[in-house]
Amino acid sequence: MMLIDTLAQGLLLGGLYALFAAGLSLVFGIMRLVNLAHGDLIILAAYLILTIATVTGLHPFLAVVLAAPVMFALGWLLQTHLLNRVLGTDILPPLLVTFGLSVVIQNGLLSGFTADSQKLTAGSIEAASVSLGFVTLGVMPLLTFASAVAVVFALNQLFYRTALGRAFRATSDDQVTAQLMGIRPQNIFAIATGIALVVATIAALYLGTRANFDPSIGPARLLYAFEAVIIGGLGSLWGTLAGGIVIGMAQAVGASINPEWQILSGHIAFVIVLLFRPRGLFPRAND
Amino acid sequence: MPILSLQSVSRSFGALKVTDDVSFDLEAGEALGIIGPNGAGKSTLFNLITGNIAPDAGRVLMDGRDVTKAPPMERVKAGIGRSFQIPQPFGGLSVYENLLVAARFGGGVPANDAPEFCMDILARTGLGAVAEKSSGGLPLLQRKRLELARAMATKPRVILLDEIAGGLTDAECVELVATIRAIHAEGTAIIWIEHVLHALNSVVERLMVLNFGRMLMIGQPDQVMASPEVREIYLGIEA
Repeated sequence: MMLIDTLAQGLLLGGLYALFAAGLSLVFGIMRLVNLAHGDLIILAAYLILTIATVTGLHPFLAVVLAAPVMFALGWLLQTHLLNRVLGTDILPPLLVTFGLSVVIQNGLLSGFTADSQKLTAGSIEAASVSLGFVTLGVMPLLTFASAVAVVFALNQLFYRTALGRAFRATSDDQVTAQLMGIRPQNIFAIATGIALVVATIAALYLGTRANFDPSIGPARLLYAFEAVIIGGLGSLWGTLAGGIVIGMAQAVGASINPEWQILSGHIAFVIVLLFRPRGLFPRAND
Repeated sequence: MPILSLQSVSRSFGALKVTDDVSFDLEAGEALGIIGPNGAGKSTLFNLITGNIAPDAGRVLMDGRDVTKAPPMERVKAGIGRSFQIPQPFGGLSVYENLLVAARFGGGVPANDAPEFCMDILARTGLGAVAEKSSGGLPLLQRKRLELARAMATKPRVILLDEIAGGLTDAECVELVATIRAIHAEGTAIIWIEHVLHALNSVVERLMVLNFGRMLMIGQPDQVMASPEVREIYLGIEA
């Protein structure tokens, strides 16, 4: 029974990691850009939700609705004015620029909000739980997981059912040919980064309501996100969800043996998957 | 007014002049063939026309409008469609989706009309049966047809065909030529780079010979082919 409970908690935690990772996966899949500032952008979104909630008195679940378009615009501007300039055949410039961006965001948040821990307060729902007889699950973790599934489902629908999604995939396959089909890759990239930051905002909501956050914790979120993407297989969104679940479950099992092993267990699971499936669990066929 | 004009277009890669002072006009609905030895600058000329590379000198005009500095996506919308010598399908998309992308973004076909528009082109190019297949795994003939179909889906007024008959069997070639003739008969202008001369000469009204980036000759196909200079340089036959 303990094991089932542990695995169930791990599964739900995996939803949070999948939310961290989905935006990263989306951006990497479309433009082969590894955004080293992704974790910090999630934390930035958390502070944005906090600010909106504090100023307007709105519940964080409503504040996120206001924060999402702001983050979309930020992503669009970031891609248009900064990242598009450094994307090219050399992978080093975008890595350096996003690394620099990570430092800038952390220090910007530090000067704007201090190093004090913050938390988004969602009220009574935070402590609510549902009992399924053999396990009791928190409502917030359940919502987190449901949101992760919904986000991955929505992104897949966007990718495979819409004209924009086909443009995403065509640009991802071959930028030069896509231009000859009338697609402007820079615009496609800007929209993709905008969407990635909307997903990051949803991730920030659950990150901020689950535990404390401060300006320094972005890079660790990036690491979980990165591991989830790699475990799942580059470019596969359902794979990213599976990758998040693998890390979440490994952490939960590790923590149940010894609380100090929680973080380490996730990383060990990542290494084991890499050893046996170096291309991840669900690699794309044509990469 | 010509649909497409190149005026003294030149382009060098380092010390190598791959396009050297090339000028010609293409009338609406005309079919122009381009021949020349490997490395004569034929595909580069296409890249200059589509906007994938910029000329060092000279101008490219469409309908009299200077598009020398216009990026590829604007030229597609202005009516230039292109097929690649080495087929470049979007391998992650199905055959039908490849056309949808071209039709929606390049051809400006509305969402409601796009499915029928694309299926019609697939039927005409003999790809109807493989519409739902992933384009990455198609055999050569079908990849070549997809190049043609996708270029057609951008609703071009000028279609650029780059060695589309190369590597096909005679029977396959005959089918492809029939499709190209049909496109031409509808009034679409064609510029066709090809080594398979009998296929080329059964369609084009004018023939251009490129050699070392220079336009050696342009005129009626039989006259061009009869020229001793062309026979020597292009066919390697002693005049």
